Amino acid sequence: MVSIQNLHKKFGKNQVLSGLDLEISEGGIFAVLGPNGSGKTTLIKCLLGMVIPNKGQISVLGENVKNGSDYRHKIDYLPQIANFPSNLKVKELIKMIKDLRENTTLDQDLINLFKLEPFLDKKLGNLSGGTKQKVNLVLTFMFDSPLVILDEPTSGLDPISLLRLKKLIQAQKMSGKTILITSHIMSFVEEISDEIVFLLEGKIYFKGSIDELKNKTKQPDFEHAIASILTDNHA
Amino acid sequence: MLKILKYSFYDLMRSRWSYVYFAFYLLLGIVLLFLNNDLSKAVITLMNVIIVLVPLIGTIFGVMYYYNSKEFTELLLAQPLKRSSIFLGQYFGVAISLSMSLILGLGIPFIFYGLFESSAIWDFSLLLITGTFLTFIFTALAFNIALSNENKIKGFGYAILLWLFLAIIYDGIFLMTLILFEDYPLDKLSLIGTMLNPIDLSRTLILLKLDISALLGYTGAVFKQFFGTNFGFVVSIGMLAIWVIMPVLRIVFKSKRKDF
Repeated sequence: MVSIQNLHKKFGKNQVLSGLDLEISEGGIFAVLGPNGSGKTTLIKCLLGMVIPNKGQISVLGENVKNGSDYRHKIDYLPQIANFPSNLKVKELIKMIKDLRENTTLDQDLINLFKLEPFLDKKLGNLSGGTKQKVNLVLTFMFDSPLVILDEPTSGLDPISLLRLKKLIQAQKMSGKTILITSHIMSFVEEISDEIVFLLEGKIYFKGSIDELKNKTKQPDFEHAIASILTDNHA
Repeated sequence: MLKILKYSFYDLMRSRWSYVYFAFYLLLGIVLLFLNNDLSKAVITLMNVIIVLVPLIGTIFGVMYYYNSKEFTELLLAQPLKRSSIFLGQYFGVAISLSMSLILGLGIPFIFYGLFESSAIWDFSLLLITGTFLTFIFTALAFNIALSNENKIKGFGYAILLWLFLAIIYDGIFLMTLILFEDYPLDKLSLIGTMLNPIDLSRTLILLKLDISALLGYTGAVFKQFFGTNFGFVVSIGMLAIWVIMPVLRIVFKSKRKDF
């Protein structure tokens, strides 16, 4: 599904990714974890072609990321901070993205799911953070692509929306999609993910299931396992 | 690219500033016609305003639009769209909507005043053509500056400096060199010097078409020999086109290599 070899990225003097290798197989939910500044978002942006790596190969569904932008038809991406053009209405934004990408009818179900009906005629600049995140989710999930990338999907969501999101992610997994998630909410990650990819200092420190991680760190629960990695590496 | 252009254009058409800009030109056209009571004279006054103001507005609008639509750009970058079409679409959206404000704002009062029956129609058209060129040139330069500077304040600063340099400082330096080297033949140098600055080039082009080159003295005669001919006219328009194409190419080049 996704194959990354020897990925290097530097921002000025700051080496963010240093020789990262990662293979992600098809189907399932993968959580990309790591302390702040470990390169999670940079990794995701490299996958999307938004950040151009200094060195290394990335291919998504067999297509090299460098060769054009068509491979992004197969990716749904939820950005970390939902920044939208503020003078646009929610309805117009959804229509515009559909026009730019491809037509879909899934948006209506998603609008119903997240109860966005009353906000459709409001301008994006006037929405609360949580509502913006729901719009963000609608824009992401409405295309039904085989690879879904979610950068901090839980931020700003109320408990009921969080429940709906979890259900939605599970349903997506059931339909055979590959889902990449980054999050700092450990309980959310533990509940939802099949496999963990732990980034540290620009490299993959650990890749495997949560149980394997617990065994490796000899900790009884997930949260302590992550904490022990961080203290051992004084990150 | 056309879809992005469409959305950028609509976005600008809905913004208050396009209307302010349009209304300003409308007012300027009406006032000048009212005060001068003569089409050709109004065209000359208008030239002096346009030559300075159009580049300034193009620069400021270009930089402002780029920084303001950063979020929109990031949203687009994750979609299956080419980078060049995103940025060119936005650039043409801004440049076309500014040019429309200029052409409509000035065109409407002049048409009502009886432009089509007047001999000034060619001078006026040339004025609008150079105005449009200047809009495209300075918007492209502004996009270049904004693409190279993450910091908004710095970007604005450089953009204003660029305008100041080309609109005012360049002329000063140019004049100083002419005075300093007055013992040498300067016709070629001054021709090249004029070609290298789009604002000077537009000004010379219009002045010579307006046939007031007698006011310019000896250099005027040399200029008239060059710009007055068809060859000179084609070369100057070609030069203005190069001034559009070069920065546009750099937008494409730079945007392909940028991290977002």
